[in-house]
Amino acid sequence: MHSKVTNVVVAGLGGQGVLKASDIIADVAFGAGLDVKKSEVHGMSQRGGSVASDVRFGKLVFSPMVPEGEADYLLVLEETQVEVNRAMLKPGGVLIDPSALHGHKLRSDKSINVALLGALSRCLEFPEQAWIEAILAHLAPKLHALNRESFQIGRSEWPC
Amino acid sequence: MAFLVPTVASQRQILSGDEAVALAARDAGVHFGTGYPGTPSTEILESFETLGGHAQWAPNEKVALETAIGASFAGARALVTMKHVGLNVAADPLFTVAYTGVRGALVIVSADDPGMASSQNEQDNRRFAVAAGIPMFEPADSQESYDFTLRAIEVSERWQTPVLLRMTTRVCHSKTIVTTPGYAVPPAGPVEFVRDIPSHVMIPAYARPAHRRLRAKLAEMAKWNDAEGPTIVIKGGSDIGIVTSGISFQHVREACPEASVFKPGMTYPLPLEKMRAFAERLDHCLAIEEGDPYLVESARNAGIAIEDKPEAYRFGELSVARVRRIVNGDLSPEPKPLPGKPPALCPGCPHRTVFNVLRHLDCIVSGDIGCYSLGVLPPFEAMDTLVCMGASIGVGLGLRHVLPPEQARRVVSVIGDSTFVHSGLTGLAEMVYNPPPGGHVLLILDNGTTAMTGMQEHPGTGRTLDHHKTGKLVFEDLARAMGIRNVHVMDPTLDPDAFEALVKSCLDSGELCVVIARRDCLLATASIRQYEKCNAQQSN
Repeated sequence: MHSKVTNVVVAGLGGQGVLKASDIIADVAFGAGLDVKKSEVHGMSQRGGSVASDVRFGKLVFSPMVPEGEADYLLVLEETQVEVNRAMLKPGGVLIDPSALHGHKLRSDKSINVALLGALSRCLEFPEQAWIEAILAHLAPKLHALNRESFQIGRSEWPC
Repeated sequence: MAFLVPTVASQRQILSGDEAVALAARDAGVHFGTGYPGTPSTEILESFETLGGHAQWAPNEKVALETAIGASFAGARALVTMKHVGLNVAADPLFTVAYTGVRGALVIVSADDPGMASSQNEQDNRRFAVAAGIPMFEPADSQESYDFTLRAIEVSERWQTPVLLRMTTRVCHSKTIVTTPGYAVPPAGPVEFVRDIPSHVMIPAYARPAHRRLRAKLAEMAKWNDAEGPTIVIKGGSDIGIVTSGISFQHVREACPEASVFKPGMTYPLPLEKMRAFAERLDHCLAIEEGDPYLVESARNAGIAIEDKPEAYRFGELSVARVRRIVNGDLSPEPKPLPGKPPALCPGCPHRTVFNVLRHLDCIVSGDIGCYSLGVLPPFEAMDTLVCMGASIGVGLGLRHVLPPEQARRVVSVIGDSTFVHSGLTGLAEMVYNPPPGGHVLLILDNGTTAMTGMQEHPGTGRTLDHHKTGKLVFEDLARAMGIRNVHVMDPTLDPDAFEALVKSCLDSGELCVVIARRDCLLATASIRQYEKCNAQQSN
């Protein structure tokens, strides 16, 4: 039963939008009618330290935390945080980090979270429109155009 | 006014445990919410306010609980929220409100922090329920956070007792699915003053029978919990049974899908007869709980044979991996996660200037709880003690009293604005009343917000929880009124050298000095400006 649960870990530094990215993933899975759990530790994270957030979805999810070595996908928003979090990935799990953009410049580095969601969106079976709606719902209208663009960059750069 | 869970079509939402408690409070018509900010409990009152509830920040948890007791004595439904260490501050009213009992529901949320993600200790507040004689619910996800808040309100009014809702970091902050409406709570009674002196005035003559009433209520609640309490029993294999509670239940279900599991939702008084029946049909029983061996000791006291987890798992949070290790009897050293980047004072944070100065002057720094606790880390390493909210002043004074003079004169107490209001005032009274022979220097770092927990207001900001203008405590006036003659206010960032000269002259003076380093938190500046603008427009 729990083998059907999909585990995603999002990691980065405080202020990069790690929690926003994991909220968006959770909303997309929730909108698809799945059981979803999302977990992270807030508090000190706002002060620029390492942040990681777990999202799990499937028919039935128990623990809100992804066990080490069981993440299907690991999104890392900042290169220095890759090694710190690599042990979360299961063997054969997929790492999505800024190199997935193949040097493509974003209009704002702040939208790296949404760009990597674009890459992740190619790996999961949720409709593209569901992603876009969830992303826009989490952002102020003035950021919509920029983030739509970043999402598409991430999406088109991911090999499928 | 009667409040029922509205009879609307079922709604499915993804909520944190904190948000779920707030939603339940709103749905049950809770009249009054109060508390003091503290990770991981802070979002409960903020959400309650967003949902239209009446929520306010108190100066500290003791005052919060006392105002909630007053509201409840008047027949209103009241919610009080705090982190685990906050309940220590509120312990005085807590133990006696168990005797007085309540009229309107009184639900006290204790948000514990096993693993100390953002706390100075990992005390297990389930012990408070037992020590004070207050029934306790322990949710395992957001749905239970919603349901058990409603249950707690019902139990509170049925037995006229305060109820503890004991949550933990993972339950407070994890988002899981909540389906509403839940459990239907009976409507609230009228809010009006009803004189009941023997119940509400705890002089010894009335407290003695009150204690007997309390024990009788607890015995009744134990029976109710055995018969009707929200206990989950999963019938799995007959070889091993696991007794668990709270978030550990989720890890257990994942790690041991075949095991029989006993999970009480109301964990004080425990449904011990039901637990006994569960344990009797199994070869052996194991308790898997975060923190203290509370379930283990309770079961053993009742003569139920149960194994404890190895001592190594008493520390920190549990997880699926740790539960697997417990069940397999694996005592090998656990893998240590690679260290990430530690948190730090923000670039440009005004506290940076202060700690640079304290380090430069080679001060002995008696510190306190807040963002500025980060002054202990490199590159500053300018904090020598940190115990609890407000302790900077008392601990600093104690050091001053007994250290040799050449060391004593280097001691400085450093406290933030919100923490000063929370529990620094009595420390300042002590400073005036029992001044050390060489004087003392108190540094109040006033950044205009409760920054660490996410920019909450407090009595020193002059704005309420929802940022409207209200009465304001002015620290310099307060310090002078309390008898400090040397009171200085300075923005340390404007001229760091002048600030250093000021601190040095205070240290050299041998007198009692209060220095208020005033500069808004960088992260809060824009919001503060916005609130002040709105408030100015409204008062025009």
